[in-house]
Amino acid sequence: METGKVNVTVTVNGVRRSAMVEPRMLLVHFLRDGLGLVGTHIGCDTSQCGACTVLLDGEAVKSCTVLAVQADGSDVTTVEGLGDMENLHPVQEGFWEKHGLQCGFCTPGVMMTAVGLLKQNLNPTEEEIREGLEGVLCRCTGYQNIVRAVQYAAARMSESEGHREVAAAGDDSGEGGR
Amino acid sequence: MIPSAFDYTRATSVEEAVKLLQAAGGEAKLLAGGHSLLPMMKIKLTSPGKLIDIGRIKELSGIRKEGNRLVVGALTTHRQVAADPLVRKYAPVLAEAASQIGDIQVRNRGTVGGNLAHADPASDLPAVALALEAEFEVQGPDGKETLDAGGFFLGPLITALPENSILTSVSFAIPPEGAKSTYLKYPHPASGYAVVGVAAVVSTGPDGMVNDARIGITGVADTAYRAEEAERALVGKKLSEQTILEVAALASEGQEMASDLFASAEYRRHLTRVYTIRALKRLLI
Ligand SMILES: Cc1cc2nc3c(=O)[nH]c(=O)nc-3n(C[C@H](O)[C@H](O)[C@H](O)COP(=O)(O)OP(=O)(O)OC[C@H]3O[C@@H](n4cnc5c(N)ncnc54)[C@H](O)[C@@H]3O)c2cc1C
Ligand code: FES
Ligand code: FES
Repeated sequence: METGKVNVTVTVNGVRRSAMVEPRMLLVHFLRDGLGLVGTHIGCDTSQCGACTVLLDGEAVKSCTVLAVQADGSDVTTVEGLGDMENLHPVQEGFWEKHGLQCGFCTPGVMMTAVGLLKQNLNPTEEEIREGLEGVLCRCTGYQNIVRAVQYAAARMSESEGHREVAAAGDDSGEGGR
Repeated sequence: MIPSAFDYTRATSVEEAVKLLQAAGGEAKLLAGGHSLLPMMKIKLTSPGKLIDIGRIKELSGIRKEGNRLVVGALTTHRQVAADPLVRKYAPVLAEAASQIGDIQVRNRGTVGGNLAHADPASDLPAVALALEAEFEVQGPDGKETLDAGGFFLGPLITALPENSILTSVSFAIPPEGAKSTYLKYPHPASGYAVVGVAAVVSTGPDGMVNDARIGITGVADTAYRAEEAERALVGKKLSEQTILEVAALASEGQEMASDLFASAEYRRHLTRVYTIRALKRLLI
């Protein structure tokens, strides 16, 4: 069947990217094959493993279950956009410090899911973290250190959130900064 | 793994989507959150020639209270439903069920309308739609109509949705003040879908006797159903452990249980009784 290509424009990790794609192209292929962002992995055919998780307009989604054309006009954050060696995201730091990975195949998806979770709930309980990670499968770690990594990140993030609040409160009082 | 090629159109209004459906003459499928359709297309269980994306029609999203009903737009996501203050206050059983669908990523994309229109026999929301006597607002070539949840689910992936029509919103009856409700599911260990799911809504009169009971059950049969025998047996009795044991035995009465590699019909009948007991026991406190 003849099918027309469609224009898709997505802001990926802060950079606007446009391409003509087949409507059937999955977002994960757009990212990996189209843009060379191979940090987003593909681990299954059944939308279950979560290795392909990215943030779509700030929410964790499985990019193997979203058409690129559905993401047209949206913001996408992949693991490449999270941080770099000099400036790790608290979640990346948590995985480093708490040894949250072994083979690393699931890690990008797990980290993006964790970032999505912490956006929705900055102070999750251990149970909430485990529930929040239901959509990712890890065949290596047994999840213990992944949970510790997310707890580490949550603590770091609420710490800096606290600082920001203190700073903001200082501004409001009109007494100037520190 | 990618879907077969298809034509894609993004509809900007319900009217436009209906026209596109008509023009496609049965070739097209609607695309909402894509979390039932795309997994099926990826493994080629279905290969529609055309997709009509309704995902950006603003009027299809949102939750509002209208009298004693809660109206949920078809495109409202599971996550929005689970977190919504109106739902949590007036129909907590709906929030409870929505928060148990799949995982965070699925709940961020999947929609209430897509879940119900898809009518997967293992979906969670059909049980709640039945227990909250939902009404489905539908728009098609001949205008709008309202369908009862009771007659909506006809078979696996088969509904009473008329041809070329779109489910625009679902209105759930708010249980009477003081009613107790819960949704309890036994999730399939791999897929997370319901092997059995029981939605129970029970009201008690001033005399301490049950005066209204609605039990929706999903996962075990070809479609979700209301356990009418069990409901009838509850009314007029005091909700006690003894009563619960008696009525739960009726929860699969008159239903043919589904059977597959994971759970035989006999096991599903057993699970239906056990999960009905557990669900109703939660209402004791
Ligand atoms: C990994 C995974 C786990 C899941 N686990 C669960 C679970 O535990 N419990 C559960 O209940 N569900 C589960 N689901 C399914 C999920 O809830 C889906 O989101 C939902 O069933 C379909 O909604 P959708 O918006 O994604 O619909 P789509 O996939 O876009 O559409 C599904 C079907 O409904 C039709 N349709 C969609 N919207 C409308 C409308 N407004 N009017 C008419 N027809 C329409 C489409 O044409 C299509 O045929 C899971 C899905 C995945 C991928
Ligand atoms: S690749 Fe497994 S969920 Fe997307
Ligand atoms: S670290 Fe190997 S799959 Fe998770």
